[in-house]
Amino acid sequence: MSKYHLDYLGQLESESIHIMREVAGQFERPALLFSGGKDSITLVHLALKAFRPGKIPFPLVHIDTGHNFQEALDFRDELAEHVDAKLIVRKVEDTIKLKRLTEQKGKFASRNQLQTYTLLDTIEEFEFDACIGGARRDEEKARAKERIFSVRDEFGQWDPKLQRPELWNTYNGKIHKGANVRVFPISNWTELDVWNYIRREKIGLPSIYFAHDREVLEHEGQLVAISPFIRLDDGDKISTKKVRYRTVGDMTCTAAVESGASTIDDIIKEIIATRTSERGETRIDDRVSEAAMEDRKKNGYF
Amino acid sequence: MMDLLRFITAGSVDDGKSTLIGRLLYDSKSIMVDQLEAIERQTKNREEGEIDLALLTDGLRAEREQGITIDVAYKYFSTPKRKFIIADAPGHIQYTRNMITGASNANLIIILVDARHGVVEQTRRHSIIASLLKIPHVVVAINKMDLVANSQDVFNNIVIEYANVAKALDLKDVTYIPISALNGDNIVDRSVNMDWFEGNCLLEHLETVHVENDINLTDARFSVQYVIRPQTVELHDYRGYAGKINSGIYAKGDSITVLPAGLTSRIKSVEIGGDEVAEAFAPQSVVLQIEDDIDISRGDVIVKSDNLSPVEQELEVLVCWMDNKPLVPGNKYFFQINSRVVRSVVKEIEYRLDVNTLQKDYHPSQAVLNDIIKAKIKTASPVPYDSYKKIQVNGSAILIDETSHVTVGACMIQ
Repeated sequence: MSKYHLDYLGQLESESIHIMREVAGQFERPALLFSGGKDSITLVHLALKAFRPGKIPFPLVHIDTGHNFQEALDFRDELAEHVDAKLIVRKVEDTIKLKRLTEQKGKFASRNQLQTYTLLDTIEEFEFDACIGGARRDEEKARAKERIFSVRDEFGQWDPKLQRPELWNTYNGKIHKGANVRVFPISNWTELDVWNYIRREKIGLPSIYFAHDREVLEHEGQLVAISPFIRLDDGDKISTKKVRYRTVGDMTCTAAVESGASTIDDIIKEIIATRTSERGETRIDDRVSEAAMEDRKKNGYF
Repeated sequence: MMDLLRFITAGSVDDGKSTLIGRLLYDSKSIMVDQLEAIERQTKNREEGEIDLALLTDGLRAEREQGITIDVAYKYFSTPKRKFIIADAPGHIQYTRNMITGASNANLIIILVDARHGVVEQTRRHSIIASLLKIPHVVVAINKMDLVANSQDVFNNIVIEYANVAKALDLKDVTYIPISALNGDNIVDRSVNMDWFEGNCLLEHLETVHVENDINLTDARFSVQYVIRPQTVELHDYRGYAGKINSGIYAKGDSITVLPAGLTSRIKSVEIGGDEVAEAFAPQSVVLQIEDDIDISRGDVIVKSDNLSPVEQELEVLVCWMDNKPLVPGNKYFFQINSRVVRSVVKEIEYRLDVNTLQKDYHPSQAVLNDIIKAKIKTASPVPYDSYKKIQVNGSAILIDETSHVTVGACMIQ
């Protein structure tokens, strides 16, 4: 094979860097939405590579639900300092107080849907015209249909029927004042691609991605971490298990998987062997209805 | 080395397109148990019988409710040899724009032909689109072979029939495979029911089709996306031009010309991710530093001085019209080619192409949704470009509505 041929990770990386630079070139006030998970950590790595020897020309924005894993928050702070990026944190807790939002009730009361309010307020506060996110099309079927440059109106809403055609590698970022574009540079990556890239680039991750002992509650086949944010009832089965996280979201709506995988190589082996999808195995929030993600996106969600 | 193949499947539900995709995903173990369970649940909700693999690709509520594919969905699977990106696009004529969207990045197109019906109008239309977009590799998958008793004669007759279409459209690298998507014949494994077929099964073909030459490494084109100026003490005078190499190879010391201005200099360094490299090639994302302090900004194209691209203000383009508002000569649009955006006016519609027959309807008064037309476009300032036929990445552009900001046209420069 010719030396002028890129392997698949090289092609994916180049495409993502191209998208990052289009954002920097087309928008006045972009931001990178940082969740603390492996996908947004990968985005930060790609942004570093896209703009070296310069700094990342946009801030990292974290919408903090108050239900995060401490390990993910610590990692976030260290990473932002290490890469010398500006970090903006806005708390869902504050939006709840300010706007008197009603919180979900129940055993695993989640702030997942309330995040949208804080996100939209933050976009308005800083007048962000583009928000880069780590969503991938293989995650979920509504996401499989979303553009790389996904236009949201001033209410943050996604209209799947009015999406702009997206041709070749030409990205149309023209918008009206008040609207914004959500940009997904790793749209074409799969979960396994992300892990293979993390291995190749030696990207650091929060410790909860690797096997550790944790007190968990078994609920409908899913393992939920014991935390002050969930309600424990009589008869709940609590045990300490060796687990790791396949995705990192809120403690209330992200489930752990039983695993002894302590290295990236072990994790990749596990993912190749698994027969359950990433979101299916670990996301409690997707189980509401078959259009749960589509509906949340229409309302301004990531 | 594991590389990447992007392909599009053309056909309608009736041709077994969803079944084919479902089969590729399922047999390559890319459908997960919970996704299958979700499909089963939905199938029950809709009070239907068997598991409907089309539900896997129909991602939007409206699509599931109406039982049709409206938009392009992207699906992913990989084998140890390759990663595959499938653009699953609807096949009916009212969705021509979606098919063109899906086809715009494809290395390969699978055109599904029903063995019982042979080459039909839709086959011709999909082939015409493949030809307009210059998709380098074509697979004609002759499906439902089980319904024609796996007959070699039926297969051979369709091959002869399609060869005429391919010749008329100048399609290169056409491969014919007899399949049954429903039974899995010649998809992932070779069929025992068609032992007369000596070619590769579909997946083998997808894994081995030679895509290296799809990228032009001869004519160097680099479109500037962003200027990196750290302005720190150590990097006070650093100016790096960030962009993706659209075609060709760039190395330190190359004599370059910046278009459209025509200024010349030499490459001081080629950098990838902050590290200097001896040379870089398409489609790598790189940073170029230039010896002289000349004015270069976003949208400029850096080429080698011994291989310039044309720079024009009047362009002949094939346009696929993608908006409900018609295109009328005299209308103005933003014209975006890679990172360069200029204002433009459509001077004249030369003809409209019938995508079923290739017949030309000269000087129509307007173009409507899904029309493909040949037009003359005048831009407000000179644009560096190549013909789409020569360098696809530097010959493709979009038209953007000046007030709605929607992408309304896909242009292939002639």
